Amino acid sequence: MDYSDLIKRLLNNEPRAAARLITIVENDITAAEEIINSIYKYTGNAYILGVTGAPGSGKSTFISTLTKILVEQGKKLGIICVDPTSPLTGGALLGDRIRMKEHFTLNNLFIRSMANRGQLGGLARATEDVIKILDVYGCDIVIVETVGVGQSEVDIFKSAQTVAVLLQPEVGDDIQAIKAGIMEITDIFVVNKMDLPGVDRKVAEISQMLELESSFKYSSDDFSKEFTKIRKWTPEIVKVNSKTGENFDIFLEIVDHHKNFLKETSIIESYEKNRIKNETLQILKHKLTKKVEKLISSNSEIEKYINLVMDKSLDPYSMANLIIKLLGIE
Amino acid sequence: MPEGRKIKVVVCKPGLDGHDRGAKVLARALRDAGMEVIYTGIHNTPEDIVNTVIQEDPDVVMLSMLSGAHNALCPVIMEKLKENGIDDVLVAVGGIIPNEDKPFLEKHGLKGFHGPGTELKTIVEFVKNNLKR
Repeated sequence: MDYSDLIKRLLNNEPRAAARLITIVENDITAAEEIINSIYKYTGNAYILGVTGAPGSGKSTFISTLTKILVEQGKKLGIICVDPTSPLTGGALLGDRIRMKEHFTLNNLFIRSMANRGQLGGLARATEDVIKILDVYGCDIVIVETVGVGQSEVDIFKSAQTVAVLLQPEVGDDIQAIKAGIMEITDIFVVNKMDLPGVDRKVAEISQMLELESSFKYSSDDFSKEFTKIRKWTPEIVKVNSKTGENFDIFLEIVDHHKNFLKETSIIESYEKNRIKNETLQILKHKLTKKVEKLISSNSEIEKYINLVMDKSLDPYSMANLIIKLLGIE
Repeated sequence: MPEGRKIKVVVCKPGLDGHDRGAKVLARALRDAGMEVIYTGIHNTPEDIVNTVIQEDPDVVMLSMLSGAHNALCPVIMEKLKENGIDDVLVAVGGIIPNEDKPFLEKHGLKGFHGPGTELKTIVEFVKNNLKR
């Protein structure tokens, strides 16, 4: 397929072209490769803000209020809302637009709903590609709303420059839930619904947790921790009211502060390097998995190996090594 | 359809009509049939709907209308879709649509007209069989 016309229209900031290209990269990874190959050189202008948090913490409403402010400032915004796909039927119900209704008609805003299509980590496979398309479409800021997170949906920090995590007062479990992975990837803690009682206790709980965290934060050296190691930013905490917009000015100040911090400390460069490394790793995983699956379903040797494993004259690890040999990528 | 393609549906409530039980049931039925469904909530203007269609690039738009305003709103939606060059999206309207209004709506390119009591299975099949791309 030839995508050059769509890409030309994308470069002319045509929303329909952006929308159609997003559909294509979502559905067809081979086409995605071709499209990203053509537009990659135009990317890198948008600032990526990740918004995550437990289901019901108010992510969509928070983004809606934030959108209003940023659009009034004359910014062009892209919003990607990721919702879960049913593992049983493959279907999905994407409802984030309901809470962003008042902005449907704005020209400098592009909202796209995405189903995660079974991908773990809180994002969809194509999210990285969609960010790039919205970047080329001319968005100053791309906000990515993840699936409501539990404990391990932390992929957003690999895509976003600034990650905001939403919490709400009077829900005791969320601190418990986030202390494993989410705590380490957060740049800004947003305690939403500040009009509710218990908001200050929630702020205190977070700062306590942060003090505990900092003592062991930089001690690990496995791959995923490289991201945390390069960050010496101390997460900020802000309480907001998404219904009234109270304290959103403070939130935006912190975002700016974080943005400058990344630039000044040239962390953004190592961040970018890590992001590229990770994205490539994801692509490789996908491609190699496809290759292996194809090999396993078509190679006659495999059947022999399986029989050997059944006879106990081979074990699954050794069989895997033999397959790696067949692939020729040892 | 390329591998991995999902049928994407936008379900809307156009105009001043707050009764969305039907739209919600429909959205769930389509989801359970393996489709990706975007529900946009109540009180959508034609502009809201067309902007959503532009950005989400769905295969199908389903308008749920119980207010009696279908003859006024549906042609406006169709007109605006056309203005934006959108001609490969199936647009269906359902809810309370009297028989005598169907020819008029059909003339404007609308399909479906599923009313109360329609089996969800019927609507799922209708969607699958009437896709334009």
